[in-house]
Amino acid sequence: MGRLAFFFQEALRALKRNGAPSMAAIVTTVVTVVLLGMLIPIFQTAQGKSEEVRNQLSVQYALFPDATKAEINALQQKLEGIPHVAEVTFISKAQALKTLESELEDKRIVEELKFNPLPNSFEVKPDDAANLPAIQKAVFPNGPKGQPFSSIINNEFDRTFGQKKVEQVTSALKIILTVITALLVLASLMLIGNTIRLSIYTRRREVEVMRLVGATRWFIRWPFMIEGVVVGFAGGLLAILILWLGKITIVDPLSDSVSVLSAQSNSTLGFPALIAILFAASILVSTIGSGVTLRRFLKV
Amino acid sequence: MLAEGTLSMRRSKKNNRGSDEPRRPRGRRAPIIELNDVTKVYPGGHMALDRISLGIGRGEFVFLVGPTGCGKSTLIKMLIRELTATEGSVKIAGRDIGKLPEKKIPQLRRNIGTVFQDFKLLPDRTVYDNVAYALQVIGASRAEIREQVPQTLRLVGLSTKLHSYPDQLSGGEQQRVSVARAFVNHPPLLLADEPSGNLDPVTSIGIMQLLYRINKAGTTVVVVTHDREMVDNMRRRVIELYEGRVVRDEVSGGYTEESTSEFGLRMRAEMGVGSEGEKLTNGHSHHDELS
Repeated sequence: MGRLAFFFQEALRALKRNGAPSMAAIVTTVVTVVLLGMLIPIFQTAQGKSEEVRNQLSVQYALFPDATKAEINALQQKLEGIPHVAEVTFISKAQALKTLESELEDKRIVEELKFNPLPNSFEVKPDDAANLPAIQKAVFPNGPKGQPFSSIINNEFDRTFGQKKVEQVTSALKIILTVITALLVLASLMLIGNTIRLSIYTRRREVEVMRLVGATRWFIRWPFMIEGVVVGFAGGLLAILILWLGKITIVDPLSDSVSVLSAQSNSTLGFPALIAILFAASILVSTIGSGVTLRRFLKV
Repeated sequence: MLAEGTLSMRRSKKNNRGSDEPRRPRGRRAPIIELNDVTKVYPGGHMALDRISLGIGRGEFVFLVGPTGCGKSTLIKMLIRELTATEGSVKIAGRDIGKLPEKKIPQLRRNIGTVFQDFKLLPDRTVYDNVAYALQVIGASRAEIREQVPQTLRLVGLSTKLHSYPDQLSGGEQQRVSVARAFVNHPPLLLADEPSGNLDPVTSIGIMQLLYRINKAGTTVVVVTHDREMVDNMRRRVIELYEGRVVRDEVSGGYTEESTSEFGLRMRAEMGVGSEGEKLTNGHSHHDELS
C-alpha cells in the first residue's frame, strides 16, 4: 500500500517537474481522442451508407421480346449458375412499367404511352459489389458490345451508375480517415514516449541512486509507467468531456434536421460505448508508449 | 526486515551497536571480498585489470590507491556488478557474483553501501528524504524508516540538518548525507570511491573519521583514494594498483587500535590541521556514541 503511494507520488512529482512536455503529451492525446471520437461516428455513417449502396448494386439484362417462357426459365437458371450471383429476379414488362410510373413525377407520360415500350429483364445481384464485373464478364464474355452468352439477351443496362460513384467516394473517405487516425495515434504514442524519455533523463539521478541502493527493476519502472498512464488518463478524460459537450450543444440539436447525423445515432455504436472505446484506447496508447520507451531507454 | 538473509553476509545484530569486538582473524570465514585472477578488458581492447587476486576479510578497513586509470573504479564497479569480469571470479561472501542472475543484483547491492566523490544526492529532497529514499526504494516499512533514518543521521552528525536541502549544506555535510544513505540499512560492506576527492583536508579527516567509526561497528570498509598522506596516516591496509596490477599490499605505518576520537586527534596532529578543523561541531557529542 505504502509502495503504491510511493509510485504515484514519484510519478506526480515527475509530471510536475516536466510540466511543458507533459502538457504537450496531454494536449496531443486530447486532440487525438477528440478527432477519433468524431471520426469513428463519421466512419460508421460512411460504412453504413456504403453498405446500403453495395446492397443496391446490381446489373440488369434486357431480353428480346420474342423470347419464350422456356427460354426465359433456362436463362434464369443459367444466370443463377454464374459464380458470385446472389439473386436473380425476373422483371416483366408490366412490372417495369409500374416501377417507372412510381419513379416518375409526371404520371401522364405513362398514360400517354400507347403501348409498353419496356422489355422483360433480369436483375442480377452479386454477393459482393466487387464481384459485379466478373458476372458482367460471364454474361458478355467479349465485352458489352460483343455476343452475350445467351441469345435472348438483348443488352445490358445499368440503373445504378450513380451509386458506383457513391461507393468510390466512401471508400476513398474511409482510407483517408484511417490514415489520419493512424497518424494521430502514432503522434500521441511518440509524444508520450518522448515525455517518458525526458522524464527518464531528468530523473537519471534518482534512477542511479535507486540502482545503487538495490531497488528492483520494476520498482524503478513503475513510477515512469504510471506517469505515462496518467498522461493518457488525463488526455482521454479531457477529450471525452469535450466530445460530450460537443454532442449536447451541437450534434443533438442538429440531429433532428440533418439526416446523416440522425442516421449515426441509430447505427451500431452508442455514445457510452464510444466513450469506453476512446478511454480504453487512450490508456492503451499511453501504456504502450511508456512501456516501449522504458524498454529502450531505461537500462536497469 | 530489510533485505535480511538474502545473502548470508549480514553482521550479527549485536554488532550494529558497535561493541568493540576484536577483529576476526582472516581466513576463518570466507573473506567478504575475494578476487581470483580477475581480468577486465573493455570493448576496444583496453585492459583495465590484469589478473588481480586479493582477499579482504570481514571487518577490515582497506585503502585502494593508485593513479588515475589504474583500475580502481573498474574494481569498485565490479564489486557492485555494474561490470563483470572478462576472466576470473569476483566473490562476495563466498559467492561468485559474476554468475549472479540479473534478478539477484538488487539484493547484492542492498548489502553493499556505496559512497561517491560527487555525493549523488537528490537536490529536490531534504537530508531526511534523501536518506529515507534509500530505504523506500528497497521496500522498507514506514516504521523502519522512522527508526533508522534519524538514528543514522545522528551517527553521521547531521541530526540538526534533517530538513535542509543538499545545496544548503557544505561539501563535507553533503558527503555525510551520502554516507548516511549508504549505511542506513547497515550493509556489511561499504565501498567509498574517492569520498574526500572534492573536500578540503580538514573535512576529509571528518569523513575518514566517520568511515572509521562505521568500520569499528563491524562493517568492512573499502576506500578508494589517491590521497597518499591520508592513507599513510590512517595506519590501515593499503592495496596499490598500477596499470591494472596490484603493486603493493601492506599495512602502512604500523597498525594501531584506537578509539574514533583518538583516531581523529592523531590524524589532525599528523596532518598538521588544528583540532578546531571539524566544522561540524553541532553533532559532535553524537559522533562518538559508537567509538
